Amino acid sequence: MTLGRMPLFVWLMLTSSAQLLIALPPLTAAQVMLLLDRFLGAHFFDTQAGGSAVLWQHFFWLFGHPEVYVLVLPAFGIASEIIPVFSRKPIFGYPVMVAASVGIGLISISVWAHHMFAVGMSPAANSFFIASSFMVAVPTGIKIFNWLATMWGGKIRFTTPMLFCIAFLFQFLCAGLTGVMLAVAPFNWQLTDSYFVVAHFHYVIVGAIVFNIFAGIYYWFPKMTGRMMSERLGRWHFWLMVIGFNLTFGPQHIAGMLGMPRRIYTYEAGRGWEIWNQLSTLGALFQAAAILVFAWNAIVSLRRGAVAGNDPWDAWTLEWSTTSPPPEYNFATLPEVRSRRPLWDLKHPDDPDGPYE
Amino acid sequence: MSEDSDTSDTWTLPARGRAGMVGLIFTETSFFAIFVVAYLYYVGKSTSGPTPAAVLHTPILASIVLLSSSWTIVLAMRALRADATGRFARWWLVTFLLGGTFLVLTAREWARLIGHDGLTIATNLFGTTFYTLVGLHALHVTVGLTLIALVFVLTLRGHVDVRHAERTEMLSWYWHFVDGVWVIVFLTVYVVGR
Repeated sequence: MTLGRMPLFVWLMLTSSAQLLIALPPLTAAQVMLLLDRFLGAHFFDTQAGGSAVLWQHFFWLFGHPEVYVLVLPAFGIASEIIPVFSRKPIFGYPVMVAASVGIGLISISVWAHHMFAVGMSPAANSFFIASSFMVAVPTGIKIFNWLATMWGGKIRFTTPMLFCIAFLFQFLCAGLTGVMLAVAPFNWQLTDSYFVVAHFHYVIVGAIVFNIFAGIYYWFPKMTGRMMSERLGRWHFWLMVIGFNLTFGPQHIAGMLGMPRRIYTYEAGRGWEIWNQLSTLGALFQAAAILVFAWNAIVSLRRGAVAGNDPWDAWTLEWSTTSPPPEYNFATLPEVRSRRPLWDLKHPDDPDGPYE
Repeated sequence: MSEDSDTSDTWTLPARGRAGMVGLIFTETSFFAIFVVAYLYYVGKSTSGPTPAAVLHTPILASIVLLSSSWTIVLAMRALRADATGRFARWWLVTFLLGGTFLVLTAREWARLIGHDGLTIATNLFGTTFYTLVGLHALHVTVGLTLIALVFVLTLRGHVDVRHAERTEMLSWYWHFVDGVWVIVFLTVYVVGR
């Protein structure tokens, strides 16, 4: 194994872990300051004594925005494992995918104050955070194109994990586009703290992250338990979830543009927000049904699912070369990794990947 | 790519403790950076006295004592790697005493600031940021001294020899880090902030 042959999932976990080490301490530090303010009479965020409440916001978002990437990078890793296997093609542009992942990790540390345009920062600060937020869209766009290019011309198998990954691609694209819109400060001033923002980040957290977690569960459940999850119930779960998710959070874009603010529990009649909220409520019912189907699928499959065998998806990474579930010692002898698809090499000794990489 | 296949035979996993300590130093750097930023942001923003210029004295002796402990811990580590346990124990004790002296000097500075100058964490922004940043560093010195004391006791009881050089060295990395942080704190509080 070398860094250049490491699975993309591992690369993304590495980037995400490094980000955690940098991004979490600002939250800890800010909370220490807040505790000192509250209990020992310190003045960090006490504006009466010259302290600054805006500094708290900076420290919080210096944690808060990288945290989004801490969450989404492992989801990218899941998609990068699943999409090639079910497109029957190696991942497109592996080195660029690695560079884009690390690039996102680095740039995302410098974009935090795009959450604070409405606070009233200097034009220089606004410009900097607009530019850096635009920049983080570049490696992210590269990743979307590379996933699409992996599927392009492939022999796609529409299994449940793949369905969730495809929905992720579309929904994450929506999230990215509204993200770039919100990074434009004048646009942001109009829609800050509105339901448009709520819709945007739910397209990231649910549309991208939760969908890929579901994809990962369907993909690795056979490896973890030795049994397949039901494809029939998986499809029910998928379609209920896609419909429910988009019905819940799609209309919130419009409610936000019509001026509906975040963090309200009720509003006056006649603002034109009713229909969009009713659609959201309907969508939530679909999502609840989807989750129940998923839970039922997991419980039933755990007991009565078809026996998976070592390698039910005809996949290429090493976990599929051992039994399902894997033995406690993982591998009796250390497997030799000569390419990015070591199990492909084992299956096709006459046509190994190495010479092509 | 196939010609480098021999790397898989010679490659070994980096030691867990080494990776952990590098991670700790990385994340602690981020932690201290926030407090340094807060300190610098609030320089001169206090709405009342006392001011840094009026009450702070440059802690030259404390700085010399703490920074030289980085040198003595290097000597101690050299001795341990050479399996000279007696020499290791002596330099290790010197390191502990130097770190302890630094803490005593810090305590005396604080006693003077609180008792004589009336500066507490609640007095003004200077007091708030000063005690937080310097106190956070002193807390790290205290943690380091506790661990150094633990290793010293284990050494006296004959439990430490060359086989423990790797783990002991990780403690010395932490100690170097704490000393490095002092350089930053010193420059922030006693040079730039005054």
